Amino acid sequence: MSNEMIELLIKSFWETSYMVVASTLLASLIGIPLGIILTVTRANHILPNAAVNSVLGVIVNATRSTPFIILMVAIIPLTRMLVGSSIGTTAAIVPLTISAAPFIARVIESSLLEIDHGVIEAAQSMGASPLQIIYKVLLPEALHSIVLGITLAVIALIGYSAMAGVLGGGGLGDLAIRYGYQRFQPDVMIVTVVILIAMVQIIQYLGDTLSKKLNKNKL
Amino acid sequence: MIELRNVEKTYHTASGDIHALKRTSLTIEQGEIFGIIGLSGAGKSTLIRCINMLEQPTAGQVFVDGEELTAMTETQLRKARQNIGMIFQHFNLLASRTVYDNIAFPLEIQGLSKDEIKKRVEPLLDLVQLRERADHYPSQLSGGQKQRVGIARALASNPKVLLCDEATSALDPQTTKSILNLLRDINQRLNLTIVMITHQMEVVKEICDRVAVIEEGSIIEEGNMVEVFTNPQSPTTKDFVKSVNKLELPEAFKDTPVQDKYFEGSSMVVRLSFFGGNADKPVVSGMIRECGVDANILSGNLDQLKDRIYGNLLIVIEGSKDALENAEAYLRAQNLQVEVLGYVK
Repeated sequence: MSNEMIELLIKSFWETSYMVVASTLLASLIGIPLGIILTVTRANHILPNAAVNSVLGVIVNATRSTPFIILMVAIIPLTRMLVGSSIGTTAAIVPLTISAAPFIARVIESSLLEIDHGVIEAAQSMGASPLQIIYKVLLPEALHSIVLGITLAVIALIGYSAMAGVLGGGGLGDLAIRYGYQRFQPDVMIVTVVILIAMVQIIQYLGDTLSKKLNKNKL
Repeated sequence: MIELRNVEKTYHTASGDIHALKRTSLTIEQGEIFGIIGLSGAGKSTLIRCINMLEQPTAGQVFVDGEELTAMTETQLRKARQNIGMIFQHFNLLASRTVYDNIAFPLEIQGLSKDEIKKRVEPLLDLVQLRERADHYPSQLSGGQKQRVGIARALASNPKVLLCDEATSALDPQTTKSILNLLRDINQRLNLTIVMITHQMEVVKEICDRVAVIEEGSIIEEGNMVEVFTNPQSPTTKDFVKSVNKLELPEAFKDTPVQDKYFEGSSMVVRLSFFGGNADKPVVSGMIRECGVDANILSGNLDQLKDRIYGNLLIVIEGSKDALENAEAYLRAQNLQVEVLGYVK
């Protein structure tokens, strides 16, 4: 493989990392509060509110059921408004964030719902406010499970970022398609795929390790 | 200390209303240990949750320490709850916090500084004898230790009332005993009012001053524990008492028909119950001498009701019809409880 190709691989690796890290952070920023609201507004939870819960639920489901490639194209005007351009690596972060946020919201919701109602009741019996219950009970108790959920989201985002080539976003997936598939360079295809597999393995390993460390349920 | 006035709780469900708690009034005095006993589904869980308003009563008023909880705003109620500790059947500890941090939790909620928290938590660790376990997580503790953490956590904010929701139901008999001893100890030491719901008569008999029996959302019997225990009125209460007072006819009699009325040549089976005070009088030998009967002891036991000795004796009395009547009259004249179980041959 030529030096030129290796440089291209390294550049693509950083593009993928940039897109995945940035969109994970932004999607978490939106998804975590959304997941908390989806949880606490349920009937029988600490701030029941059927209206808020069902409206958010519908929005989250709608976003999640739109295929990523369509979502990406559909929100081009929004992307242009936010980053000034609809093409490029940074531009790809917008659709990635928007598709990952509802995913993270659901992941957070299911983690928070795992917490035994008795623990919440105990906090209420001590006079904890809903906000204190969220910060001091729900999030710390679910943290190990949230970490696993976010790991899942990061891995999904690595997959989605391959499609970012449509917006000229670059990245490893794009490289694999343009060089490996369209230019018949199977070696490039194989190397990119191997790098992607390694990334996923490492991220899953880190997520599992961190979650295990945070989980005090089984010692 | 605690007063429930005409409290009701109704759940509206798709399949109709469920009256978990029917119009109930109850007064619990400062410093007493009050037991509420009932089968599962009787409404005892709802009742105890109405005291700290974890369940909002549908009607009626709740007063704790002179303040009406049912008239408070959410914020006032949160403040008031800091005066009412609660422990649970499944402990409900925070799995992600150590023993120390679990006990510190209610104090953190109140916004106390780290130093103030340390000052409160340290003595509590000693009280519940978990000092060496301060850095352990709940999953590393036994059930009894978890409940002791729960008790320390409930006491952290210096409450005036402690609510116990089936606090010993998940524990083995020996651990139950040690937890009950701890509760009795803090009741006396801190003059803490304790309300406990349970389905175990052993618990009530061990530490309660007064007891209420609840069935289908209503209190069917209430009073001094010793009185309720020795003289139960309702069938449910009798069943509860029987569950710990296992003095029944011995196996040998199971096959012989026991008649309610005297018949020719039969002997009388009698259960005598007595309290510490008259346990030393030779009642049985007195009866044999005075009434010209013979007596045979089938079984007997000594039990403890809170701090009083309570004894039971099952005897068979042999003699003529008249002599048996005399013997029964003689026994009834003594300071003990007499129950004629029947006549056998």
